[in-house]
Amino acid sequence: MTAGLWELVLKGVWITVQLLVLSALLAAAVSFAVGIARTHRLWIVRFLAGFYTEVFRGTSALIMIFWVFFVLPPAFGWQLVPLWAGTLALGLTYGAYGSEIVRGALDAVAPAQREAGIALNFTPWQRMRLILLPQAVPEMVPPFSNLLIELLKGTALVSIMGMGDLAFSGNLVRLALQESAEIYTYILLIYFVIAFLLTRVMRGLERKLQAGLGRAPVRRRSRLEVSRTETAATAGAGAPGGAR
Amino acid sequence: MTWDWGAVADFMPHFRDGLLVTLQALVLGSLISFVLGLVWALLMRAPSRWVRWPVGAATEFVRNTPLLVQLFFLFYVLPEWDITFSALTTGVVAIGLHYSTYTMQVYRAGIEAVPVGQWEAATALNLPLRRTWTAVILPQAIRRVVPALGNYVISMLKDTPLLMAITVLDMLGEARLFSQQNFQFTEPLTVIGVAFVLISYPASLLMRALERRLVR
Repeated sequence: MTAGLWELVLKGVWITVQLLVLSALLAAAVSFAVGIARTHRLWIVRFLAGFYTEVFRGTSALIMIFWVFFVLPPAFGWQLVPLWAGTLALGLTYGAYGSEIVRGALDAVAPAQREAGIALNFTPWQRMRLILLPQAVPEMVPPFSNLLIELLKGTALVSIMGMGDLAFSGNLVRLALQESAEIYTYILLIYFVIAFLLTRVMRGLERKLQAGLGRAPVRRRSRLEVSRTETAATAGAGAPGGAR
Repeated sequence: MTWDWGAVADFMPHFRDGLLVTLQALVLGSLISFVLGLVWALLMRAPSRWVRWPVGAATEFVRNTPLLVQLFFLFYVLPEWDITFSALTTGVVAIGLHYSTYTMQVYRAGIEAVPVGQWEAATALNLPLRRTWTAVILPQAIRRVVPALGNYVISMLKDTPLLMAITVLDMLGEARLFSQQNFQFTEPLTVIGVAFVLISYPASLLMRALERRLVR
């Protein structure tokens, strides 16, 4: 491979990282907003949040991307820059998965904690901010770490829309060299390295947050312990298969 | 926003073709992932680290890299090595392989959840290793993992549209073809989006019900 082609791949890495960071931020915002809304005391708020989760979790991320790219512009007269369109589709989809994590972690806080907040005459918002979230957030980190890897894998989907991310740069190099084994091996390795770095960062974060609660970090065998549907599909309902 | 029911009606025959391809890919991919996942899970219990380590590393690699790039890899690289499959077969193999790295964890958890007493009883009865697995451990382990496997089937359903990228005409492939020929994007894309929700939501309810029955 020539230097010019490597430059193409590096540009792809940059786009992938940008997309990952932006959509992770949007997904985190959506997760907390929707996840907290699902514990609201008004049934209509809970219902709407649940409806959002089921719809966005029910469709495929790729269909969401197609929808944002092709249906949104004529329907609402918005033509989004590809990067923002990708961010919107990925953030909303993975935010729906994340909201289940948030809800599950909030449910897992001991009920006595909430009752103590009521006894102390805290407002619902104070209870959430001062009692529930500080205890729930450290529990969310491991499943969020898995979700982040899924999001990284999801960013490859935008290459189908012609956005020049890492997977797309692989296709360009394949066309240039008429040879695919080498470049796709490199691309897969780069994705793997990014995923590895992300798990390291998230594990450090978990250790820090657990220490903030005065707990020793739980020994986990990394991603092997918890996996996507177990955390996303049935969070709060107990892990299927006795997986924990 | 304009909505044209005529376009929906025109799209329906294509939708049916696409749905059949999607379901075909889903069923075959699930079967591959169920079988391979069990194979990986059993290999991970092998006594030799020379078996465990490569299997663990390879599955970790496959699990942490995008299915889309793996699809491209199989679709473009295998023909260079003079191995040619149809696009659908390639896609089914890729999905099955990718998800086998998830199902293997499910099996592993299921096997580990079988109480130690069962192993000890098998030893006490002097059952050979093969009988221990087939008659004692696996029947109990698999019962526990059915709902978790079902959840992965639902995930797999949501990943089948990726096959479109390697020219398979699944639901999304048909929708894209139809939109490009008729310049109507809204209707076909919305129809398949709704179809996915209509399939996967009841399926996830079913899995939750199964979980209550089977996992105790």
